Amino acid sequence: MTTPNTSFRRTALALTALASAGIGHLASAATIGLMAPLSGPIAVVGQDQVDGFMLAVEQLGGKLGGQAATVLKEDDQLKPEIGGQIVRKFIDKDKVDAIVGLSFSNVMMASLPRIAETGTVAIATNAGPSPVAGAGCKANVFSTAWQNDGAAEAMGKFAQDRGVKKVYLMAPNYQAGKDMLSGFKRYFKGQIVEEVYTQVNQPDYSAELAQLQAAKPDAAFVFYPGGMGVNFIKQMAQAGLMAKIPLYSVFTVDGTTLPALRDAAVGSISGAMWDAALDTPENKKFVAAFEAKYKRTPSEYAATAYDAANLLNIALGKVKPGDSKALSAAVRAAGSELKSVRGPFAFNNNNMPVQNYYAFETVKDGGRITGKLLATPLTKHVDAYHTQCAQK
Amino acid sequence: MSSTLVLAQLLNGLQYGVLLFLLAAGLTLVFGIMSFVNLAHGSLYMMGAYFAATAFQYTGSFGLAVAAAMGGALLLGLVLELAVVARLYRRDHLDHVLATFGLVLFFNELVRIVWGSQPVFLQVPDLLSGAIDIGGFSYPSYRFAIILVGLAVAVGSWMLINKTRVGMLIRAGAVNPAMVAALGVNIRLLNAMLFAVGAMLAGLAGAMAGPILSVQSGMGESVLITTLVVIVIGGIGSVTGAFYAALIVGIVDTMGRVFLPLILRQMTERSFADAAGPALASMLVYLLMAVVLAWRPQGLFPANR
Repeated sequence: MTTPNTSFRRTALALTALASAGIGHLASAATIGLMAPLSGPIAVVGQDQVDGFMLAVEQLGGKLGGQAATVLKEDDQLKPEIGGQIVRKFIDKDKVDAIVGLSFSNVMMASLPRIAETGTVAIATNAGPSPVAGAGCKANVFSTAWQNDGAAEAMGKFAQDRGVKKVYLMAPNYQAGKDMLSGFKRYFKGQIVEEVYTQVNQPDYSAELAQLQAAKPDAAFVFYPGGMGVNFIKQMAQAGLMAKIPLYSVFTVDGTTLPALRDAAVGSISGAMWDAALDTPENKKFVAAFEAKYKRTPSEYAATAYDAANLLNIALGKVKPGDSKALSAAVRAAGSELKSVRGPFAFNNNNMPVQNYYAFETVKDGGRITGKLLATPLTKHVDAYHTQCAQK
Repeated sequence: MSSTLVLAQLLNGLQYGVLLFLLAAGLTLVFGIMSFVNLAHGSLYMMGAYFAATAFQYTGSFGLAVAAAMGGALLLGLVLELAVVARLYRRDHLDHVLATFGLVLFFNELVRIVWGSQPVFLQVPDLLSGAIDIGGFSYPSYRFAIILVGLAVAVGSWMLINKTRVGMLIRAGAVNPAMVAALGVNIRLLNAMLFAVGAMLAGLAGAMAGPILSVQSGMGESVLITTLVVIVIGGIGSVTGAFYAALIVGIVDTMGRVFLPLILRQMTERSFADAAGPALASMLVYLLMAVVLAWRPQGLFPANR
């Protein structure tokens, strides 16, 4: 009979688990759950978040807030239901101190109820959907990335400031595409010649580019993240349109797409809260360290995750482990203390960033394709939704 | 709507069509003649694009890039045929689908491990980097090159199948493989060659598409679905059918994307038309397929058996 044996083993296991949990607290360790898309066509965005976060942890000597940090990485596959499961696992089984990454807006929205219910601190490094910025804001949910409209609003303002009269808008036919175009229109007061929505993940834009050429606008504004952006920009350059129609974009020409674009992107103007070319001491240090370690230029997703790690480092240094309410307050306060790689940074009442949005031109500098700062259309910008958030 | 704009859109449709044909030709031969469902055909296309990008990176020559893509895909096709596909001919279609879907996942992860998750760089050859002016429109000369290559392959494969001894054996093998084998023809070898040639055409398509598209993991999936639509419309196993169907699908899809939103705007509210237009356009080729299936279930140009 094995019953006594089994029960003995179970008791021993339970004791060991208890002991290790106790020791864990004595040694005070921080556990961070990092969730991002790490497979599929968009894996590059997730990988940059992981690499940016781990770089900061490494620079801090493997510690966050003076405590040995364990980072659990999970792949949400850009699927809301999988994201929801991962968040449950992080909270219920791994008992993480904070969740970082939270993936794209759709995945983030799906995992939000559980996060709100438990009060676990969550820091998005790639999204800031409008419901979370507005009436659905939560004390424990933060974004070190952006409120989704911000960069597009900056491009709208920039086009307005430059005296552009007629603009042609293009985006994929889904929520983020519509949000970006409405963000642009919020600050652009000139004429919208045409507003074109294309199929999501459409590979070929030749037909749409012929239409664009026929409309003869003063400028075009587009939002084509990831592979769609590579397709669009390459094809626009090949049709000889880059020189004829100034191209303004957001999340289209960045660290994830430039290696595949190179010369094709030269001359295009991007709106963003960060670029590798941004000239601040913190950013220079970050970009140099990232390039040395990973042999490539970081993207904005790496920058936001790097900031998130440094933010957690400040906040975790000030509270006792296990108190998520105190940690939420500490993260909010740490926002103003953080020396962000993007320049000015603080959290608004809705826990969305208050930050600058810049306009960068992609230029050829020697043999290297890089960004050149043209202007800062929005300074310490607050989003359009924060007044709907009940938090003070 | 000016006539040059319509002409430019027709060219766009034609170019998309011949690219689809390069993929459909190989897929339809394997599907129609060996009755093998190869979902990994899109992966061969992706591998072709990656081989081309890698060769281009080291040599800087687009010609060598295309050669590497075709040669690489041919070899890969042979290896796949011998290692995986040959074991599956006698089993049913569901097993084919399962095995080749597994291959799709395998190749997607393989390129991520080998080349990383960032899209890789492949450039239009300098000679073809310009644009040709047609009635005030600049049309990329590289796209003309794609049209020419596609038409050349169409003519070549028609000759191969209808005018050569190998083509005769392929056609005979499709009707009665046992009889062809009894006459002393190595049908195993014939199948392997046919599969490899299909893979080579997919590799060529990948290399030709590489400079205009984002070369990245998973790039074969969306195009595979459209290619399946093409061979269903054209008639499974018919290269001629694949050719005409590819052009029809290319032109219908392009014209739909451009003109459906415009037509809808005449009939309904602007905001509704903007949202429904692209959605309807993306359904158009599937609607076309449904109509063809209802009207001629064997396809528009079925193979002569």
